[in-house]
Amino acid sequence: MRRWLPFPLLTVALLVLWLLLTGSLTPGTIILGSILAIGAARALLTLTPPKTRLRRPRAAFRLALVVLAEIVRSNWAVARIILLPATRQRKSGFVRIPLDMRAPYGLAALACIITATPGTLWVEYDSADNTMLLHVLDLIDEEEWVRIIKDRYEKRLVEIFE
Amino acid sequence: MTNAADLPAWAALPTALLLLLGAGLALTGSLGLLRLGSFYERIHAPTLGTTMGISCVLLASMLFFSVLQTRLVLHELLIAVLMVVTTPVTLMLLARAALYRDRSEGCDEVPPPPPPLPSSPDLPGGSPQTQVSTKVFERT
Repeated sequence: MRRWLPFPLLTVALLVLWLLLTGSLTPGTIILGSILAIGAARALLTLTPPKTRLRRPRAAFRLALVVLAEIVRSNWAVARIILLPATRQRKSGFVRIPLDMRAPYGLAALACIITATPGTLWVEYDSADNTMLLHVLDLIDEEEWVRIIKDRYEKRLVEIFE
Repeated sequence: MTNAADLPAWAALPTALLLLLGAGLALTGSLGLLRLGSFYERIHAPTLGTTMGISCVLLASMLFFSVLQTRLVLHELLIAVLMVVTTPVTLMLLARAALYRDRSEGCDEVPPPPPPLPSSPDLPGGSPQTQVSTKVFERT
């Protein structure tokens, strides 16, 4: 079983991707999609990616909702910064944030979340002392950003990936 | 081909609003490229188009084709997923390239690389340039 289906979740995801792309649910597309998905998952095995397991699907779902809300809110904030004339002195800058999480997939997810959110950008990660460099478009309080990243995202990602 | 005139009003209105909102956000992001000052500020602007901008356009597309073809059209979700996974990688590459250049030019506006850990004190202080290159060499 493990030999033929090394990554069951990925295989299902690839099959769903195939079905969505072809836009049909006929037996032919399902069979072809399954063959392709199983083949692709086995091909990935040769890359020996680090092992992980999605421990808490519900926590992942809650995190997705939080990220979605945050993306909508910061879209609005960044659009205001761009469109409206500056009412106060706005300052952008870098913040170095110490992390506790070491899980590679968790860090990758954090990087994608932070960069996908308008107004914040993941610039650099230093694996030696486990810190990341964050660039913030509208930087008011550095301490607050450290708190936001750690409480809002890192805690939940640790729950999911570690 | 589908005929847009066949779309009932209850679906046409939200489709048009979503399209306008999405296009407006993408335009705002492009304006940001003009208005914002430094490279690191400008790199924030296109994320408007790649997050909510594209989401609105894709929602409009899903609504439009689902109503016209009277079946659920969902393959736009793939565009959203692939967008979310790929754009941050591009932006991070650009930001890191800019940071690397600014550091090796000795620019004051970017923070220096983190100091080496006490456990490895063999890194010489030297000029910032040699420090940067050692750092990068270590990571490869």
